[in-house]
Amino acid sequence: MTVPALPPTAVAAPAARPAHAVQRLTELPAPGEQRWANGLFVAPFLVIYLLLLVVPLVYGWWLSLRHADLLAGTSRFAGLDNYIELWRDSIFLGAVRNTGVFVVMTTPVFVILGLALALALNRPGLLAAALRAIFFGASVLSVTVVTLVWRLVMMPDRGLFANLWRGLGGEPVQPLSIEGLSLAVVAAVTVWWTIGLPMMLFLAGLQQIPRELYEAAALDSAGRWRTFVAITLPSLKRTVALVIVIEVVLQFQLFGQVWFLTLGGPNNSSRPIVQFVYEKGFREWQVGYAAASAQVLFTLMLVGILLQMWIARRREVSP
Amino acid sequence: MTATRRPISGGLAGRLAVLAVVLLAVMWMTPLLWIFAASFKPNDVLMVRTDGLLSPPFTLRNYQNLIGTSQLLRWLANSAIVSLGQTALVLALSSLAGYGFARTSFPGKRWVFGFVLAGLAVPEQATFIPLHRLFAGLALHNSYTALILPRLAAPFGVYLMTQYFKAIPRELEEAALLDNASRLKIFLRIVLPMSLPAQATLGIFSFLTAWNDYLWPLVSATRPDMYTLTVGLGSIQTVFAQSEGIGYLMAQAVFAGLPIFIVYLFFQKHIVAAVSGTTVG
Repeated sequence: MTVPALPPTAVAAPAARPAHAVQRLTELPAPGEQRWANGLFVAPFLVIYLLLLVVPLVYGWWLSLRHADLLAGTSRFAGLDNYIELWRDSIFLGAVRNTGVFVVMTTPVFVILGLALALALNRPGLLAAALRAIFFGASVLSVTVVTLVWRLVMMPDRGLFANLWRGLGGEPVQPLSIEGLSLAVVAAVTVWWTIGLPMMLFLAGLQQIPRELYEAAALDSAGRWRTFVAITLPSLKRTVALVIVIEVVLQFQLFGQVWFLTLGGPNNSSRPIVQFVYEKGFREWQVGYAAASAQVLFTLMLVGILLQMWIARRREVSP
Repeated sequence: MTATRRPISGGLAGRLAVLAVVLLAVMWMTPLLWIFAASFKPNDVLMVRTDGLLSPPFTLRNYQNLIGTSQLLRWLANSAIVSLGQTALVLALSSLAGYGFARTSFPGKRWVFGFVLAGLAVPEQATFIPLHRLFAGLALHNSYTALILPRLAAPFGVYLMTQYFKAIPRELEEAALLDNASRLKIFLRIVLPMSLPAQATLGIFSFLTAWNDYLWPLVSATRPDMYTLTVGLGSIQTVFAQSEGIGYLMAQAVFAGLPIFIVYLFFQKHIVAAVSGTTVG
Protein backbone atom coordinates (compact mmCIF):
# COMPACT_ATOMS: atom_id res chain seq x y z
CA MET A 1 0.00 0.00 0.00
CA THR A 2 1.61 2.42 -0.40
CA VAL A 3 0.86 2.24 2.77
CA PRO A 4 4.36 1.25 2.14
CA ALA A 5 6.49 4.30 2.33
CA LEU A 6 3.52 6.46 2.95
CA PRO A 7 4.70 9.50 4.87
CA PRO A 8 2.53 10.03 7.91
CA THR A 9 1.53 13.46 6.70
CA ALA A 10 -0.02 12.02 3.61
CA VAL A 11 -2.46 10.23 5.77
CA ALA A 12 -2.90 12.98 8.27
CA ALA A 13 -4.12 15.37 5.65
CA PRO A 14 -7.54 14.04 4.79
CA ALA A 15 -8.51 13.43 8.41
CA ALA A 16 -12.22 12.99 8.72
CA ARG A 17 -12.40 14.55 12.13
CA PRO A 18 -12.13 18.29 11.97
CA ALA A 19 -8.93 19.48 13.56
CA HIS A 20 -9.47 22.25 15.99
CA ALA A 21 -6.80 24.85 15.76
CA VAL A 22 -3.88 24.23 18.04
CA GLN A 23 -4.78 27.32 20.03
CA ARG A 24 -8.16 25.89 20.97
CA LEU A 25 -7.07 22.70 22.72
CA THR A 26 -9.83 21.98 25.17
CA GLU A 27 -8.95 22.09 28.83
CA LEU A 28 -10.96 20.88 31.74
CA PRO A 29 -11.50 23.36 34.54
CA ALA A 30 -10.83 20.51 36.91
CA PRO A 31 -10.68 20.73 40.66
CA GLY A 32 -7.18 20.22 42.02
CA GLU A 33 -5.64 19.90 38.56
CA GLN A 34 -1.96 18.99 38.82
CA ARG A 35 -0.67 20.92 35.90
CA TRP A 36 2.94 19.74 35.77
CA ALA A 37 1.97 16.14 36.44
CA ASN A 38 -0.22 16.14 33.34
CA GLY A 39 2.93 16.53 31.30
CA LEU A 40 3.78 12.95 32.24
CA PHE A 41 1.23 11.78 29.69
CA VAL A 42 3.28 13.20 26.84
CA ALA A 43 6.72 12.65 28.41
CA PRO A 44 7.36 9.09 27.12
CA PHE A 45 6.65 10.02 23.54
CA LEU A 46 8.52 13.29 23.87
CA VAL A 47 11.70 11.55 25.00
CA ILE A 48 11.57 9.15 22.03
CA TYR A 49 10.77 12.02 19.68
CA LEU A 50 13.70 14.08 20.88
CA LEU A 51 16.21 11.20 20.84
CA LEU A 52 15.15 9.51 17.61
CA LEU A 53 13.89 12.35 15.43
CA VAL A 54 15.11 15.75 16.59
CA VAL A 55 18.64 14.68 17.53
CA PRO A 56 19.20 12.70 14.28
CA LEU A 57 17.83 15.58 12.23
CA VAL A 58 20.25 18.06 13.76
CA TYR A 59 23.07 15.50 13.64
CA GLY A 60 22.29 15.08 9.92
CA TRP A 61 22.70 18.80 9.32
CA TRP A 62 25.99 18.73 11.17
CA LEU A 63 27.19 15.69 9.21
CA SER A 64 26.31 17.38 5.94
CA LEU A 65 28.80 20.12 6.79
CA ARG A 66 31.66 17.67 7.21
CA HIS A 67 33.94 15.57 5.07
CA ALA A 68 33.17 12.32 6.85
CA ASP A 69 34.60 9.25 5.13
CA LEU A 70 34.11 6.06 7.12
CA LEU A 71 36.41 3.96 4.91
CA ALA A 72 39.33 6.35 5.34
CA GLY A 73 38.29 7.02 8.91
CA THR A 74 38.55 10.77 8.44
CA SER A 75 36.16 13.51 9.46
CA ARG A 76 36.75 17.25 9.28
CA PHE A 77 34.73 20.40 8.92
CA ALA A 78 33.88 21.17 5.31
CA GLY A 79 31.52 24.10 5.41
CA LEU A 80 29.27 24.02 2.39
CA ASP A 81 31.75 21.99 0.31
CA ASN A 82 29.45 18.96 0.12
CA TYR A 83 26.59 21.03 -1.22
CA ILE A 84 28.82 22.74 -3.77
CA GLU A 85 30.16 19.37 -4.85
CA LEU A 86 26.61 18.03 -5.24
CA TRP A 87 25.81 20.95 -7.49
CA ARG A 88 28.67 19.84 -9.77
CA ASP A 89 28.07 16.11 -9.48
CA SER A 90 26.57 14.98 -12.77
CA ILE A 91 25.36 11.69 -11.25
CA PHE A 92 23.50 13.56 -8.53
CA LEU A 93 22.02 16.04 -10.99
CA GLY A 94 20.99 13.07 -13.12
CA ALA A 95 19.32 11.51 -10.08
CA VAL A 96 17.42 14.74 -9.40
CA ARG A 97 16.33 14.81 -13.03
CA ASN A 98 15.32 11.12 -13.03
CA THR A 99 13.31 11.63 -9.85
CA GLY A 100 11.60 14.67 -11.35
CA VAL A 101 10.81 12.81 -14.58
CA PHE A 102 9.42 9.91 -12.56
CA VAL A 103 7.19 12.22 -10.51
CA VAL A 104 5.94 13.94 -13.67
CA MET A 105 5.30 10.59 -15.38
CA THR A 106 3.39 8.96 -12.51
CA THR A 107 1.39 11.75 -10.85
CA PRO A 108 -1.01 12.47 -13.76
CA VAL A 109 -1.64 8.73 -14.16
CA PHE A 110 -2.46 8.41 -10.45
CA VAL A 111 -4.87 11.33 -10.66
CA ILE A 112 -6.65 10.35 -13.89
CA LEU A 113 -6.73 6.58 -13.44
CA GLY A 114 -7.51 6.92 -9.72
CA LEU A 115 -10.42 9.23 -10.47
CA ALA A 116 -11.70 7.05 -13.32
CA LEU A 117 -11.68 3.93 -11.14
CA ALA A 118 -13.34 5.78 -8.27
CA LEU A 119 -16.11 7.06 -10.57
CA ALA A 120 -16.72 3.61 -12.02
CA LEU A 121 -16.63 1.85 -8.64
CA ASN A 122 -18.56 4.36 -6.53
CA ARG A 123 -21.63 2.15 -6.37
CA PRO A 124 -23.10 -0.43 -4.02
CA GLY A 125 -22.96 -4.11 -4.70
CA LEU A 126 -20.61 -7.05 -4.46
CA LEU A 127 -19.04 -6.64 -7.89
CA ALA A 128 -17.90 -3.08 -7.21
CA ALA A 129 -16.64 -4.10 -3.76
CA ALA A 130 -14.65 -6.96 -5.25
CA LEU A 131 -13.16 -4.71 -7.93
CA ARG A 132 -12.20 -2.10 -5.34
CA ALA A 133 -10.51 -4.84 -3.33
CA ILE A 134 -8.56 -6.02 -6.40
CA PHE A 135 -7.23 -2.60 -7.33
CA PHE A 136 -6.31 -1.82 -3.74
CA GLY A 137 -4.97 -5.27 -2.94
CA ALA A 138 -1.50 -4.91 -4.45
CA SER A 139 -0.89 -1.88 -2.21
CA VAL A 140 -0.47 -4.07 0.87
CA LEU A 141 2.41 -6.00 -0.68
CA SER A 142 5.90 -4.90 0.25
CA VAL A 143 8.19 -3.46 -2.38
CA THR A 144 10.38 -6.55 -2.58
CA VAL A 145 7.42 -8.84 -3.24
CA VAL A 146 6.30 -6.48 -6.00
CA THR A 147 9.72 -6.36 -7.65
CA LEU A 148 10.20 -10.12 -7.42
CA VAL A 149 6.80 -10.67 -9.07
CA TRP A 150 7.59 -8.22 -11.86
CA ARG A 151 11.11 -9.49 -12.46
CA LEU A 152 9.65 -12.93 -13.01
CA VAL A 153 6.85 -11.55 -15.19
CA MET A 154 9.41 -9.66 -17.28
CA MET A 155 12.01 -12.42 -17.58
CA PRO A 156 13.44 -11.97 -21.09
CA ASP A 157 12.93 -15.51 -22.39
CA ARG A 158 10.34 -17.24 -20.21
CA GLY A 159 8.41 -14.45 -18.49
CA LEU A 160 4.70 -13.84 -18.83
CA PHE A 161 5.35 -10.87 -21.11
CA ALA A 162 7.80 -12.79 -23.25
CA ASN A 163 5.16 -15.49 -23.71
CA LEU A 164 2.48 -13.00 -24.68
CA TRP A 165 4.89 -11.05 -26.88
CA ARG A 166 5.99 -14.18 -28.68
CA GLY A 167 2.34 -15.12 -29.13
CA LEU A 168 1.89 -11.83 -30.94
CA GLY A 169 4.90 -12.62 -33.11
CA GLY A 170 7.33 -10.16 -31.53
CA GLU A 171 11.09 -10.49 -31.19
CA PRO A 172 12.40 -10.98 -27.62
CA VAL A 173 12.91 -7.63 -25.83
CA GLN A 174 14.24 -6.55 -22.45
CA PRO A 175 12.43 -3.28 -21.68
CA LEU A 176 14.33 -2.87 -18.39
CA SER A 177 17.65 -2.64 -20.21
CA ILE A 178 16.61 -0.02 -22.72
CA GLU A 179 17.72 3.48 -21.85
CA GLY A 180 14.74 5.80 -21.90
CA LEU A 181 12.33 2.95 -21.32
CA SER A 182 13.47 1.46 -18.02
CA LEU A 183 12.20 4.34 -15.88
CA ALA A 184 8.82 4.18 -17.66
CA VAL A 185 8.59 0.47 -16.85
CA VAL A 186 9.36 1.25 -13.20
CA ALA A 187 6.59 3.87 -13.36
CA ALA A 188 4.13 1.33 -14.75
CA VAL A 189 4.98 -1.16 -12.00
CA THR A 190 4.56 1.61 -9.41
CA VAL A 191 1.11 2.48 -10.77
CA TRP A 192 0.14 -1.20 -10.68
CA TRP A 193 1.34 -1.37 -7.09
CA THR A 194 -0.16 1.77 -5.56
CA ILE A 195 -3.16 2.88 -7.61
CA GLY A 196 -5.34 1.85 -4.64
CA LEU A 197 -4.50 4.89 -2.54
CA PRO A 198 -5.63 7.63 -4.98
CA MET A 199 -8.67 5.51 -5.89
CA MET A 200 -9.69 5.31 -2.22
CA LEU A 201 -9.06 9.02 -1.65
CA PHE A 202 -11.25 9.87 -4.64
CA LEU A 203 -13.95 7.46 -3.42
CA ALA A 204 -13.91 9.21 -0.04
CA GLY A 205 -14.18 12.55 -1.86
CA LEU A 206 -17.11 11.35 -3.97
CA GLN A 207 -18.95 10.20 -0.86
CA GLN A 208 -18.76 13.68 0.57
CA ILE A 209 -20.56 15.35 -2.32
CA PRO A 210 -24.06 16.22 -1.07
CA ARG A 211 -26.70 14.09 -2.75
CA GLU A 212 -28.94 17.14 -3.20
CA LEU A 213 -26.56 18.49 -5.84
CA TYR A 214 -27.16 15.44 -8.02
CA GLU A 215 -30.90 15.56 -7.40
CA ALA A 216 -30.99 19.17 -8.48
CA ALA A 217 -29.05 18.29 -11.61
CA ALA A 218 -31.46 15.46 -12.34
CA LEU A 219 -34.40 17.88 -12.00
CA ASP A 220 -32.71 20.12 -14.55
CA SER A 221 -32.36 16.96 -16.65
CA ALA A 222 -28.67 17.63 -17.02
CA GLY A 223 -26.81 14.94 -18.97
CA ARG A 224 -24.21 12.68 -17.45
CA TRP A 225 -21.25 14.60 -18.85
CA ARG A 226 -22.75 17.94 -17.87
CA THR A 227 -23.37 16.68 -14.33
CA PHE A 228 -19.78 15.45 -14.12
CA VAL A 229 -18.33 18.77 -15.31
CA ALA A 230 -20.69 21.00 -13.37
CA ILE A 231 -20.96 19.13 -10.09
CA THR A 232 -18.56 16.21 -9.59
CA LEU A 233 -15.33 17.83 -10.78
CA PRO A 234 -15.74 21.14 -8.91
CA SER A 235 -16.66 19.26 -5.73
CA LEU A 236 -13.50 17.15 -6.05
CA LYS A 237 -11.17 20.09 -6.57
CA ARG A 238 -9.57 19.75 -3.14
CA THR A 239 -9.27 15.97 -3.40
CA VAL A 240 -7.51 16.36 -6.75
CA ALA A 241 -5.08 18.82 -5.20
CA LEU A 242 -4.56 16.53 -2.24
CA VAL A 243 -3.88 13.49 -4.41
CA ILE A 244 -1.41 15.46 -6.51
CA VAL A 245 0.55 16.59 -3.48
CA ILE A 246 0.49 13.18 -1.78
CA GLU A 247 1.70 11.48 -4.94
CA VAL A 248 4.45 14.03 -5.54
CA VAL A 249 5.74 13.51 -2.00
CA LEU A 250 5.44 9.71 -2.22
CA GLN A 251 7.04 9.35 -5.63
CA PHE A 252 9.94 11.56 -4.60
CA GLN A 253 10.88 8.71 -2.26
CA LEU A 254 11.30 6.25 -5.13
CA PHE A 255 13.94 3.67 -4.29
CA GLY A 256 13.07 -0.01 -3.84
CA GLN A 257 11.42 -0.55 -7.23
CA VAL A 258 14.45 0.87 -9.05
CA TRP A 259 16.95 -0.88 -6.78
CA PHE A 260 15.62 -4.31 -7.75
CA LEU A 261 14.32 -3.74 -11.26
CA THR A 262 17.09 -1.68 -12.89
CA LEU A 263 19.72 -0.87 -10.24
CA GLY A 264 19.56 2.68 -11.59
CA GLY A 265 20.56 1.67 -15.09
CA PRO A 266 21.07 1.40 -17.91
CA ASN A 267 23.73 4.09 -17.92
CA ASN A 268 22.32 5.81 -14.78
CA SER A 269 19.13 6.62 -16.65
CA SER A 270 16.83 5.47 -13.82
CA ARG A 271 18.82 6.21 -10.65
CA PRO A 272 16.66 8.23 -8.18
CA ILE A 273 17.87 10.53 -5.38
CA VAL A 274 17.28 8.03 -2.55
CA GLN A 275 19.44 5.46 -4.35
CA PHE A 276 22.17 8.09 -4.66
CA VAL A 277 21.94 8.77 -0.92
CA TYR A 278 22.01 5.07 -0.11
CA GLU A 279 24.98 4.32 -2.38
CA LYS A 280 27.06 7.24 -1.09
CA GLY A 281 26.23 6.48 2.53
CA PHE A 282 26.26 2.69 2.64
CA ARG A 283 28.33 1.54 -0.32
CA GLU A 284 31.02 4.21 -0.50
CA TRP A 285 30.65 5.27 3.17
CA GLN A 286 30.98 8.98 2.37
CA VAL A 287 28.62 9.82 5.18
CA GLY A 288 28.93 13.60 5.06
CA TYR A 289 28.31 13.74 1.34
CA ALA A 290 25.36 11.33 1.66
CA ALA A 291 23.87 13.40 4.48
CA ALA A 292 24.12 16.53 2.33
CA SER A 293 22.31 14.85 -0.56
CA ALA A 294 19.63 13.65 1.88
CA GLN A 295 19.14 17.26 2.99
CA VAL A 296 18.58 18.32 -0.62
CA LEU A 297 15.95 15.58 -0.98
CA PHE A 298 14.36 16.69 2.31
CA THR A 299 14.17 20.28 1.11
CA LEU A 300 12.55 19.27 -2.16
CA MET A 301 10.00 17.15 -0.30
CA LEU A 302 9.38 19.81 2.33
CA VAL A 303 8.02 22.12 -0.33
CA GLY A 304 5.53 19.41 -1.26
CA ILE A 305 4.63 18.60 2.33
CA LEU A 306 4.06 22.23 3.31
CA LEU A 307 1.76 22.55 0.31
CA GLN A 308 -0.09 19.45 1.47
CA MET A 309 -0.51 20.78 5.02
CA TRP A 310 -1.81 24.01 3.61
CA ILE A 311 -4.43 22.14 1.61
CA ALA A 312 -5.32 19.96 4.60
CA ARG A 313 -5.83 23.09 6.68
CA ARG A 314 -8.18 24.52 4.10
CA ARG A 315 -10.09 21.26 4.11
CA GLU A 316 -10.49 21.41 7.84
CA VAL A 317 -11.67 24.99 7.92
CA SER A 318 -14.47 24.36 5.46
CA PRO A 319 -17.47 22.40 6.72
CA MET B 1 -16.55 1.02 2.11
CA THR B 2 -20.20 1.37 1.28
CA ALA B 3 -21.11 3.39 -1.75
CA THR B 4 -24.48 4.97 -1.93
CA ARG B 5 -24.25 7.47 -4.75
CA ARG B 6 -23.83 6.56 -8.34
CA PRO B 7 -22.63 9.40 -10.57
CA ILE B 8 -22.43 6.86 -13.38
CA SER B 9 -25.81 5.24 -13.14
CA GLY B 10 -27.08 2.18 -14.98
CA GLY B 11 -27.70 2.32 -18.68
CA LEU B 12 -25.47 1.32 -21.53
CA ALA B 13 -22.61 3.71 -20.77
CA GLY B 14 -22.56 2.62 -17.16
CA ARG B 15 -22.41 -1.03 -18.13
CA LEU B 16 -19.63 -0.41 -20.62
CA ALA B 17 -17.67 1.40 -17.91
CA VAL B 18 -18.07 -1.56 -15.58
CA LEU B 19 -17.03 -3.95 -18.34
CA ALA B 20 -13.90 -1.89 -19.01
CA VAL B 21 -13.04 -1.87 -15.32
CA VAL B 22 -13.58 -5.63 -15.08
CA LEU B 23 -11.17 -6.17 -17.98
CA LEU B 24 -8.66 -3.85 -16.32
CA ALA B 25 -9.04 -5.77 -13.05
CA VAL B 26 -8.28 -9.03 -14.85
CA MET B 27 -5.12 -7.43 -16.27
CA TRP B 28 -4.27 -6.22 -12.76
CA MET B 29 -4.50 -9.69 -11.29
CA THR B 30 -2.82 -11.61 -14.10
CA PRO B 31 0.81 -11.24 -12.90
CA LEU B 32 -0.08 -12.47 -9.42
CA LEU B 33 -2.17 -15.37 -10.71
CA TRP B 34 0.58 -16.36 -13.15
CA ILE B 35 3.16 -16.45 -10.36
CA PHE B 36 0.80 -18.37 -8.12
CA ALA B 37 0.08 -21.00 -10.79
CA ALA B 38 3.72 -21.33 -11.83
CA SER B 39 4.87 -21.83 -8.24
CA PHE B 40 3.20 -25.26 -8.35
CA LYS B 41 5.08 -26.40 -11.47
CA PRO B 42 8.29 -28.47 -11.39
CA ASN B 43 11.45 -26.47 -12.00
CA ASP B 44 12.61 -28.59 -14.93
CA VAL B 45 9.33 -27.88 -16.73
CA LEU B 46 9.65 -24.15 -16.04
CA MET B 47 13.20 -24.20 -17.44
CA VAL B 48 11.74 -25.12 -20.81
CA ARG B 49 8.43 -23.29 -20.91
CA THR B 50 6.25 -21.17 -18.65
CA ASP B 51 2.97 -21.36 -20.52
CA GLY B 52 0.35 -24.08 -20.20
CA LEU B 53 0.41 -23.67 -16.43
CA LEU B 54 -3.01 -25.14 -15.82
CA SER B 55 -2.19 -28.62 -17.06
CA PRO B 56 -0.21 -31.18 -15.03
CA PRO B 57 2.38 -31.97 -13.78
CA PHE B 58 1.99 -30.09 -10.52
CA THR B 59 4.27 -30.25 -7.52
CA LEU B 60 4.69 -28.90 -4.00
CA ARG B 61 8.45 -29.31 -4.31
CA ASN B 62 9.11 -25.56 -4.55
CA TYR B 63 7.37 -25.00 -1.24
CA GLN B 64 9.13 -27.94 0.40
CA ASN B 65 12.48 -26.50 -0.67
CA LEU B 66 11.50 -23.18 0.76
CA ILE B 67 10.75 -24.60 4.22
CA GLY B 68 13.85 -26.77 4.17
CA THR B 69 16.56 -24.58 2.75
CA SER B 70 15.66 -20.91 3.02
CA GLN B 71 15.49 -18.60 6.01
CA LEU B 72 12.04 -17.41 5.04
CA LEU B 73 10.41 -18.73 8.22
CA ARG B 74 13.00 -16.96 10.34
CA TRP B 75 12.40 -13.72 8.39
CA LEU B 76 8.66 -14.15 8.79
CA ALA B 77 9.11 -14.45 12.56
CA ASN B 78 11.39 -11.39 12.60
CA SER B 79 8.81 -9.38 10.66
CA ALA B 80 6.06 -10.48 13.04
CA ILE B 81 8.08 -9.60 16.15
CA VAL B 82 9.16 -6.21 14.80
CA SER B 83 5.74 -5.26 13.42
CA LEU B 84 3.75 -6.33 16.47
CA GLY B 85 6.26 -4.81 18.88
CA GLN B 86 6.33 -1.54 17.01
CA THR B 87 2.54 -1.43 16.76
CA ALA B 88 2.02 -2.07 20.47
CA LEU B 89 4.51 0.63 21.44
CA VAL B 90 3.10 3.16 18.93
CA LEU B 91 -0.39 2.60 20.36
CA ALA B 92 0.78 3.01 23.96
CA LEU B 93 2.90 6.12 23.33
CA SER B 94 0.35 7.77 21.02
CA SER B 95 -2.62 7.14 23.29
CA LEU B 96 -0.87 8.57 26.33
CA ALA B 97 0.44 11.59 24.49
CA GLY B 98 -2.81 12.11 22.58
CA TYR B 99 -4.75 12.18 25.85
CA GLY B 100 -2.23 14.55 27.38
CA PHE B 101 -2.51 16.97 24.49
CA ALA B 102 -6.27 16.69 23.98
CA ARG B 103 -7.59 16.66 27.51
CA THR B 104 -5.13 17.94 30.06
CA SER B 105 -3.20 21.10 30.53
CA PHE B 106 0.38 21.60 31.52
CA PRO B 107 2.79 24.49 31.14
CA GLY B 108 3.96 25.00 27.56
CA LYS B 109 1.51 22.50 26.11
CA ARG B 110 0.69 24.54 23.03
CA TRP B 111 4.35 25.02 22.23
CA VAL B 112 5.17 21.34 22.74
CA PHE B 113 2.25 20.26 20.53
CA GLY B 114 3.39 22.51 17.70
CA PHE B 115 6.93 21.19 18.13
CA VAL B 116 5.69 17.59 17.81
CA LEU B 117 3.46 18.35 14.80
CA ALA B 118 6.42 19.88 12.97
CA GLY B 119 7.91 16.39 12.98
CA LEU B 120 5.17 15.27 10.56
CA ALA B 121 7.15 16.99 7.83
CA VAL B 122 10.36 15.01 8.41
CA PRO B 123 10.67 12.00 6.08
CA GLU B 124 12.72 8.98 7.14
CA GLN B 125 15.23 9.69 4.38
CA ALA B 126 16.25 12.87 6.21
CA THR B 127 17.28 11.01 9.36
CA PHE B 128 18.29 7.47 8.42
CA ILE B 129 22.00 8.19 7.92
CA PRO B 130 22.53 9.99 11.25
CA LEU B 131 20.30 7.39 12.96
CA HIS B 132 22.49 4.67 11.51
CA ARG B 133 25.61 6.36 12.91
CA LEU B 134 23.99 6.79 16.35
CA PHE B 135 22.88 3.15 16.53
CA ALA B 136 26.30 2.03 15.30
CA GLY B 137 27.91 4.06 18.08
CA LEU B 138 25.76 2.23 20.62
CA ALA B 139 26.44 -1.15 18.90
CA LEU B 140 22.70 -1.70 18.56
CA HIS B 141 22.43 -2.81 14.95
CA ASN B 142 21.18 -6.31 14.10
CA SER B 143 18.80 -6.33 17.02
CA TYR B 144 15.03 -6.09 17.42
CA THR B 145 15.58 -2.93 19.44
CA ALA B 146 17.22 -1.23 16.47
CA LEU B 147 14.53 -2.41 14.08
CA ILE B 148 11.67 -1.26 16.31
CA LEU B 149 12.82 2.00 17.88
CA PRO B 150 13.23 4.61 15.10
CA ARG B 151 9.64 4.46 13.80
CA LEU B 152 8.29 5.17 17.29
CA ALA B 153 9.38 8.78 16.90
CA ALA B 154 6.96 9.47 14.04
CA PRO B 155 4.30 11.86 15.37
CA PHE B 156 1.44 10.69 13.15
CA GLY B 157 -0.05 8.47 15.85
CA VAL B 158 0.03 11.29 18.39
CA TYR B 159 -1.70 13.56 15.90
CA LEU B 160 -4.40 10.97 15.16
CA MET B 161 -5.09 10.14 18.82
CA THR B 162 -5.15 13.80 19.83
CA GLN B 163 -7.82 14.48 17.21
CA TYR B 164 -9.79 11.46 18.32
CA PHE B 165 -9.71 12.21 22.04
CA LYS B 166 -10.83 15.77 21.39
CA ALA B 167 -14.01 14.44 19.80
CA ILE B 168 -15.00 12.26 22.78
CA PRO B 169 -17.70 13.93 24.94
CA ARG B 170 -16.25 15.48 28.06
CA GLU B 171 -19.19 15.00 30.42
CA LEU B 172 -18.05 11.49 31.34
CA GLU B 173 -14.66 12.70 32.38
CA GLU B 174 -16.03 15.65 34.32
CA ALA B 175 -18.19 13.44 36.49
CA ALA B 176 -15.19 11.28 37.32
CA LEU B 177 -13.02 14.32 38.01
CA LEU B 178 -15.57 15.59 40.51
CA ASP B 179 -15.29 12.23 42.24
CA ASN B 180 -11.58 13.00 42.59
CA ALA B 181 -10.48 10.16 40.35
CA SER B 182 -6.91 10.57 39.16
CA ARG B 183 -6.13 11.55 35.63
CA LEU B 184 -4.45 8.23 34.92
CA LYS B 185 -7.46 6.35 36.23
CA ILE B 186 -9.83 8.38 34.04
CA PHE B 187 -7.62 7.71 31.06
CA LEU B 188 -7.41 3.98 31.63
CA ARG B 189 -10.98 3.32 32.74
CA ILE B 190 -13.05 5.77 30.71
CA VAL B 191 -11.23 7.30 27.75
CA LEU B 192 -9.10 4.40 26.55
CA PRO B 193 -11.98 1.93 26.15
CA MET B 194 -13.86 4.52 24.09
CA SER B 195 -10.98 4.93 21.67
CA LEU B 196 -10.98 1.39 20.25
CA PRO B 197 -11.93 2.43 16.68
CA ALA B 198 -9.02 4.85 16.55
CA GLN B 199 -6.73 2.23 18.10
CA ALA B 200 -7.73 -0.18 15.34
CA THR B 201 -7.04 2.35 12.60
CA LEU B 202 -3.70 3.42 14.03
CA GLY B 203 -2.75 -0.15 14.87
CA ILE B 204 -3.32 -1.42 11.36
CA PHE B 205 -1.59 1.55 9.81
CA SER B 206 1.44 1.04 12.08
CA PHE B 207 1.51 -2.69 11.43
CA LEU B 208 1.47 -2.31 7.64
CA THR B 209 4.07 0.44 7.74
CA ALA B 210 6.36 -1.70 9.89
CA TRP B 211 5.77 -4.87 7.87
CA ASN B 212 6.58 -3.19 4.56
CA ASP B 213 9.33 -0.89 5.83
CA TYR B 214 12.39 -1.26 3.68
CA LEU B 215 14.99 1.50 3.98
CA TRP B 216 15.76 1.34 7.71
CA PRO B 217 15.76 -2.48 8.05
CA LEU B 218 18.01 -2.62 4.97
CA VAL B 219 20.73 -0.53 6.58
CA SER B 220 20.25 -1.69 10.18
CA ALA B 221 19.86 -5.47 9.79
CA THR B 222 22.94 -6.67 7.91
CA ARG B 223 23.06 -10.20 9.32
CA PRO B 224 20.78 -12.57 7.36
CA ASP B 225 19.30 -14.02 10.54
CA MET B 226 18.08 -10.53 11.51
CA TYR B 227 16.51 -9.68 8.14
CA THR B 228 12.84 -8.87 8.05
CA LEU B 229 10.77 -10.59 5.38
CA THR B 230 10.88 -7.49 3.18
CA VAL B 231 14.67 -7.19 3.38
CA GLY B 232 15.21 -10.95 3.09
CA LEU B 233 13.12 -11.15 -0.04
CA GLY B 234 15.23 -8.33 -1.43
CA SER B 235 18.43 -10.20 -0.64
CA ILE B 236 17.45 -13.20 -2.74
CA GLN B 237 16.84 -10.88 -5.70
CA THR B 238 20.38 -9.56 -5.72
CA VAL B 239 21.47 -13.06 -6.68
CA PHE B 240 18.53 -13.50 -9.04
CA ALA B 241 20.62 -14.94 -11.88
CA GLN B 242 22.35 -17.62 -9.80
CA SER B 243 19.15 -18.62 -8.08
CA GLU B 244 18.18 -22.27 -8.09
CA GLY B 245 15.13 -22.35 -10.28
CA ILE B 246 12.39 -19.88 -10.99
CA GLY B 247 9.70 -22.11 -9.50
CA TYR B 248 11.51 -21.72 -6.20
CA LEU B 249 11.60 -17.92 -6.61
CA MET B 250 7.89 -17.90 -7.39
CA ALA B 251 7.11 -19.94 -4.30
CA GLN B 252 9.09 -17.43 -2.23
CA ALA B 253 7.14 -14.52 -3.72
CA VAL B 254 3.85 -16.27 -2.90
CA PHE B 255 5.02 -17.22 0.59
CA ALA B 256 6.20 -13.69 1.36
CA GLY B 257 3.11 -11.98 -0.02
CA LEU B 258 0.50 -14.30 1.46
CA PRO B 259 0.60 -13.38 5.19
CA ILE B 260 0.05 -9.67 4.62
CA PHE B 261 -2.57 -10.42 1.98
CA ILE B 262 -4.51 -12.52 4.49
CA VAL B 263 -4.27 -9.68 7.00
CA TYR B 264 -5.64 -7.42 4.28
CA LEU B 265 -8.63 -9.68 3.57
CA PHE B 266 -9.50 -9.79 7.27
CA PHE B 267 -9.13 -6.09 7.99
CA GLN B 268 -10.01 -4.60 4.62
CA LYS B 269 -12.43 -2.02 5.98
CA HIS B 270 -9.98 -0.77 8.59
CA ILE B 271 -7.05 -0.76 6.20
CA VAL B 272 -8.91 1.33 3.66
CA ALA B 273 -9.98 3.69 6.42
CA ALA B 274 -6.44 3.90 7.77
CA VAL B 275 -4.84 4.83 4.46
CA SER B 276 -7.55 7.27 3.44
CA GLY B 277 -7.11 8.96 6.80
CA THR B 278 -10.46 8.27 8.39
CA THR B 279 -11.51 6.25 11.41
CA VAL B 280 -14.10 3.52 11.24
CA GLY B 281 -16.52 4.29 14.05
